[in-house]
Amino acid sequence: MDDLDRRIVNALQGGFPLCERPFAEAAGRLGLEEQDLIRRIKNLLESKTLTRFGPLYDAERLGGAFSLCAMSVPPEDFARVAAIVNEFPEVAHNYERAHRLNMWFVLATEDPSRIRGVISRIAAATGYPVLHLPREKEFFVELRLTA
Amino acid sequence: MNAFDRALVQATQGGLPLVPRPYEAIARELGVPEQDVLDGLRRMLADGRIRRIGAVPNHYALGYTANAMSVWDVEDEAAESLGQAVGALPFVSHCYLRPRRLPEWPYNLFAMVHAKDRAETVGKIHEIEALLGERARRHDVLYSTRILKKTGLRIA
Repeated sequence: MDDLDRRIVNALQGGFPLCERPFAEAAGRLGLEEQDLIRRIKNLLESKTLTRFGPLYDAERLGGAFSLCAMSVPPEDFARVAAIVNEFPEVAHNYERAHRLNMWFVLATEDPSRIRGVISRIAAATGYPVLHLPREKEFFVELRLTA
Repeated sequence: MNAFDRALVQATQGGLPLVPRPYEAIARELGVPEQDVLDGLRRMLADGRIRRIGAVPNHYALGYTANAMSVWDVEDEAAESLGQAVGALPFVSHCYLRPRRLPEWPYNLFAMVHAKDRAETVGKIHEIEALLGERARRHDVLYSTRILKKTGLRIA
């Protein structure tokens, strides 16, 4: 990643134009040609510096439900349990964390009423209790990362 | 969500086509005029279903590798205003109130902190600690040690 890539990542984390030639317009603001910007973005995606280029949707406002869950899994059983949990399509993210509660995953469903059923199935399939920590309130301020 | 918006989400949730006229390419795929795609995206941006349009960086690739989940046990009466204050800190990406699950889980305020190394994270946690003062009875910091899965919600 060079300075120009950094400028692109920093400048384009929002506000991509909604018009016929958005890359041309965004490129103009950066002092670039349309094709150069497109090629740079392609490379940033290929190198996985960007995970995506496009609209960032708010899944809850689309009608989906997110729910955080935590489990305490003995280290010797961790790989088996992780495989079972990850197998569920409703599990959107799963992180190992350094804590007694060492497995933290997020359930994402289009139908919020299905969350409880999925949690029971995960508990039954793994043999461990699942702590359910749904959000009661979110304080959202957009994070802009600096490249 | 109506059928068109849903189709638009499906067509764009993985990213925009990297061509000079991306919205026209999507319109062709959906069999609608380009203007409908532009209007639909504008509408979803205005009502918050789209948070923003542009580059979605990979935290780890940008060097933000010391990401921590800080959790705080704060007085219920002050939880809303404290959450607001913590959420407004520039290094906090997400801030939530969640239920306590006693006895195993005494924390009700969650703040995700992003930093480039462990020392920077520790400094930022201290800033939150100073901000909350005595209204936080206790806290803990959970570092992620491994990503086991990361896909996100997909609208089928």
